[in-house]
Amino acid sequence: MSAQQLDLTSQAYESAASDAMASIQEKIQACMQCGTCSGSCPNASAMDYTPRQLWRLAQLGQKDEIFNSKTFYLCSACYFCTLRCPRGLPLTETIGALKRIAAAEGIEMYKSSIQFYKSFMDTVRRYGRVREMEFMNRYFLAMKNPFLPFKFASLGLKLMGKGKVSLEMPKFFGKGRLDAMFRKVEELEAKR
Amino acid sequence: MKYIYYSGCSLQGTALEYNVSTRAAMQALGSELVELEDWTCCGASAAEATSYLLAIVLAARNLALGERMEVGADFLIPCSACYLNLARVGEHVKQDPELLNKINEVLSEEGLSYKGGIKARHLLDVVATDFDPEDIDARVKRKLSGVRVAPYYGCQALRPYCSFDDPEQPQSMEPLIEALGAEVHPWTVGAKCCGAALMSTKKNVAIERVTGILAAARGADCIVTVCPMCQINLEGYQAKVSKTRGEALDISILYLPQLMGLALGLSEKELKLNLNLAFTDSFRAKLKTEK
Repeated sequence: MSAQQLDLTSQAYESAASDAMASIQEKIQACMQCGTCSGSCPNASAMDYTPRQLWRLAQLGQKDEIFNSKTFYLCSACYFCTLRCPRGLPLTETIGALKRIAAAEGIEMYKSSIQFYKSFMDTVRRYGRVREMEFMNRYFLAMKNPFLPFKFASLGLKLMGKGKVSLEMPKFFGKGRLDAMFRKVEELEAKR
Repeated sequence: MKYIYYSGCSLQGTALEYNVSTRAAMQALGSELVELEDWTCCGASAAEATSYLLAIVLAARNLALGERMEVGADFLIPCSACYLNLARVGEHVKQDPELLNKINEVLSEEGLSYKGGIKARHLLDVVATDFDPEDIDARVKRKLSGVRVAPYYGCQALRPYCSFDDPEQPQSMEPLIEALGAEVHPWTVGAKCCGAALMSTKKNVAIERVTGILAAARGADCIVTVCPMCQINLEGYQAKVSKTRGEALDISILYLPQLMGLALGLSEKELKLNLNLAFTDSFRAKLKTEK
């Protein structure tokens, strides 16, 4: 496939944040601020901006406001807002797009989530599958916080008691199972 | 019936009992599960938060492997997150035909191609749609009479792509539970969110979600789930929730195929009930007395 063809299909390649933000703005242009999303969100009470307010900020392109709030990372992807939106907007998937911008820009408040996802994807790239304990160890090492493992200790011990997880230290060098696919995705996204 | 079986990563580790009991229950129902060879991670929720294209191709890789097997069967997927990721590929390709070219450009690195002609289905869809409750009833060896079951559906098996149930007020498990001889615990939280991955990133928020569900299950003997994430959130934090609430909210949490397996005559060992984090003695005693 030629590069020229690829340039025409940049919609899905969202590595450049400004284009990505513009694409979000366009996607939710039809939002009429009815508030069905806020009424449907199980985590709205823990948010600073409600989902309805978040989409208004997105319509206005208020990127700083959005990424200084904790609304988007409190989404647990239950898809109730998507199901009920009278405009049929893909709201939950658009939260995913916001998370990608936050990851690409390394937003400080979102740091631990970014590292969580990154550690996860590192084990997928390396082994093709997720090894739960290896991935958690990777995450703990990357976060450089000696107290973090204790937050997960209670469940971890229960699981270990059931023989469901084994202590496994991550391997950081050598060839990964899905390197070729990951590299190709990176190449296509850089080309956009 | 024959299905291509995609178990996914969780079912190799923390949800091993879901894997074992799904295979056992489907076999007891006379179905054949053909293992998807060389499968890889569906992308979970992490890929979507990293790169859209990566999320789509990680899922599509598995669909392409399934197409290559040429067995003419649907995918059967027990994990709701895996199911949604695989189902999404087909839906997005329908909306954006150009996406198929991008997918295949990446998949060619693995010597694979995806045509878009294979269906990803959730385990619940399969057992609720492809089996008549009367046929299941006929295979029941041990009626679960007197056992009150709270059916918990969670989110992603139902939303956004539900074709087999009402995504607001799901009921697909009810005829099944009744066919096993058990009673349905009437509640309204079966489709509410368990907090999902917030249990790792924003624990206090997820604990509130779990508390609401466990409190609504008061009066039931067990909750059944169809997702490893729901299962671990509901079974893993009961002591903490009970302590915070000041009332005992501990309850047995079983995967749906484990409950089915018990009625179909399979043993606790065959269903790996020893691996559940919440399988109470009172529930076990109830199973023994109610024959």
